[in-house]
Amino acid sequence: MAQATCKGRRAFLQDLALGAAALVASGPIAILAASRSRNWPNVATGNKGPDYAFVVDVGKCIGCGYCVEACDTENKVPKGSVRTWVERYVVTKHGVHIDAIDNDGKGLEPLPAGLAENAEWAAFIPKLCNHCENAPCVQVCPVGATFNAPGGFVLIDPKHCIGCGYCIQACPYGVRFFDQEKRIANKCTWCYHRVSKGLQPACVTVCPTGARQFGDRSDPASPVAQVYRSDNWHTLKPEMHTDSRVMYLGLPREVI
Amino acid sequence: MLPNGALNNFYFPNEAYIEWSLMIVIYPYITGLVAGSFVVSSLSHVFKVQEFKSVARFALIAAFCFGLFAGVPLLVHLGQPQRAFNIFFTPHTSSAMSIFGYVYSSYMILLMVEIWLVYRPFFIEKAGSTRGVQRFLWKALTLGVAETNPAALRIDQKLINLLAGIGIPWAFLLHGYVGFIFGSVKANPWWATPLQPLIFLMSAVVSGIAMLMVMYSVFRWRARLPYDMRMMRRLMDYLWGFLILDVVLEGLEVVYMFYEHGSHWAVVEPLLSGPLFGSYVIGQLLILSGLPLLLLGYVVLFQVSDRWFLRLANLASLGVVLQVLFMRFNVVMGGQLISKSGRGYTDFHFEWFAKEGVVTALIILAAPFVTYYVLSRVLPIFDDAAPATSGTRT
Repeated sequence: MAQATCKGRRAFLQDLALGAAALVASGPIAILAASRSRNWPNVATGNKGPDYAFVVDVGKCIGCGYCVEACDTENKVPKGSVRTWVERYVVTKHGVHIDAIDNDGKGLEPLPAGLAENAEWAAFIPKLCNHCENAPCVQVCPVGATFNAPGGFVLIDPKHCIGCGYCIQACPYGVRFFDQEKRIANKCTWCYHRVSKGLQPACVTVCPTGARQFGDRSDPASPVAQVYRSDNWHTLKPEMHTDSRVMYLGLPREVI
Repeated sequence: MLPNGALNNFYFPNEAYIEWSLMIVIYPYITGLVAGSFVVSSLSHVFKVQEFKSVARFALIAAFCFGLFAGVPLLVHLGQPQRAFNIFFTPHTSSAMSIFGYVYSSYMILLMVEIWLVYRPFFIEKAGSTRGVQRFLWKALTLGVAETNPAALRIDQKLINLLAGIGIPWAFLLHGYVGFIFGSVKANPWWATPLQPLIFLMSAVVSGIAMLMVMYSVFRWRARLPYDMRMMRRLMDYLWGFLILDVVLEGLEVVYMFYEHGSHWAVVEPLLSGPLFGSYVIGQLLILSGLPLLLLGYVVLFQVSDRWFLRLANLASLGVVLQVLFMRFNVVMGGQLISKSGRGYTDFHFEWFAKEGVVTALIILAAPFVTYYVLSRVLPIFDDAAPATSGTRT
């Protein structure tokens, strides 16, 4: 009886140890499984990971400015600078009137008298970092603090940037700015901190009309991949050959 | 007038702040003076222009004084100056700017070695004729090398000529590189031209020659020493020649844009007729290029008395010195005034007491002259003038 009890206890302890080992081992396995399901880059398997891109559907933008506000809140953008903004184009026979929703919180001013009546067309154009594959800012950074990260992001290492401002000069889109508080270059990251947790960029989340979409070009189910395949999109300043990852749908010819 | 059919002046929200300040204006200005002064000393050492022998040392010391402060504006401008050495430790070689640390430091080393070789006999002599702390300092400057026999001096001279020879392409690299930094920015229509490195080089040479002329005249006048008229007339021959090249290149850039009538001209034309009209068209082009070209042409081509030569040549040289400063301003600021929206221009306001303001710029610009003054008190810069402390002629 005593032997049996002893055996039972040993078996129990063995089971316990096995169970504990399984539990300990399952953690990383579960994480690995989860990461595989999220398609993270993996050097061992040669998986390059997701291939993110951004879609701006000009026809859907209503100029509400929520995206600018959300970006400001999410990323604590210094006053006087923007990581994203929305331009308003009003085009008449005589020329182009442009203004923009930036993060001064004032929104757009009323149009000059008579402009709206003479408008041939008008549109809102959201702008943000194009996360170029062939990014001039990455090329010119003298210390390699700006880099192409896996997934298609162009990021800045805040601990390595020397604040020379060359990247700001090199960016054809004016999306970079000198952060007066941190004394380094700053710009839109497509909310890398959110995307790496499986979330969407803040501006995409708050857009009420779906004018801003973000997703994986290599995931056939992603709307972004569908836009990419349609080949019906344009980029800003294609003559700069930056291989922008922001695809515009319905981009008017006048937009620079 | 606004470009591309703009009805209102529109620039991107981030462009309201001009990122490259006055510091970036005076940085190429000072490096240009380095390169230009060095060319004059090398004309004597390498190209055997006899007339410049008497100012070879002067030009070298001037180059050194400017060189010492060439990097200061950059350091003041950096957002994170304590990380400046990242450019040495982790240079990102796809960027033209990444070579700055290596080019600048190697050039300064070359300059210092050349100066040491030139002044080595003087250091040894001083170490022998002084006492106490002074003797110790002069001795330290000899670096423990005491040979001054003819064979040793001959080797010195060969090395000086060699360094002067290597120094020419190096000085050109130091400054052509600055032009490349601007000329290769495809996003900026006012900067992006392969002519930019050449323009910067030529303007460097003229600014160096003109600055030497003015400095030489002032110091000789203050020391009540005779002027070397042959040297000065030859110097003005060179200045005129290089200035013609410089102005032609600067003109070509704009004439090309104008004639091509492409996308660049669309935004450059309103820039030149608007915000840059005063500093570029009137200042840099009409007055500060036109007047020196005419004056130099006159003193070079016609018989002019020494007295009038001194006046006219110095007036022309002052003009050239200012022309190049205006040119740096017009390039650096002009490029940043053009909005990348293609439909407007930003604004630049001089700030006097800001970190990168006018006062800081003036202090940095004055520093090389103060350094030169101090050095001229301890080193014999001209053959016919001992260091001012001794008060005697040799």
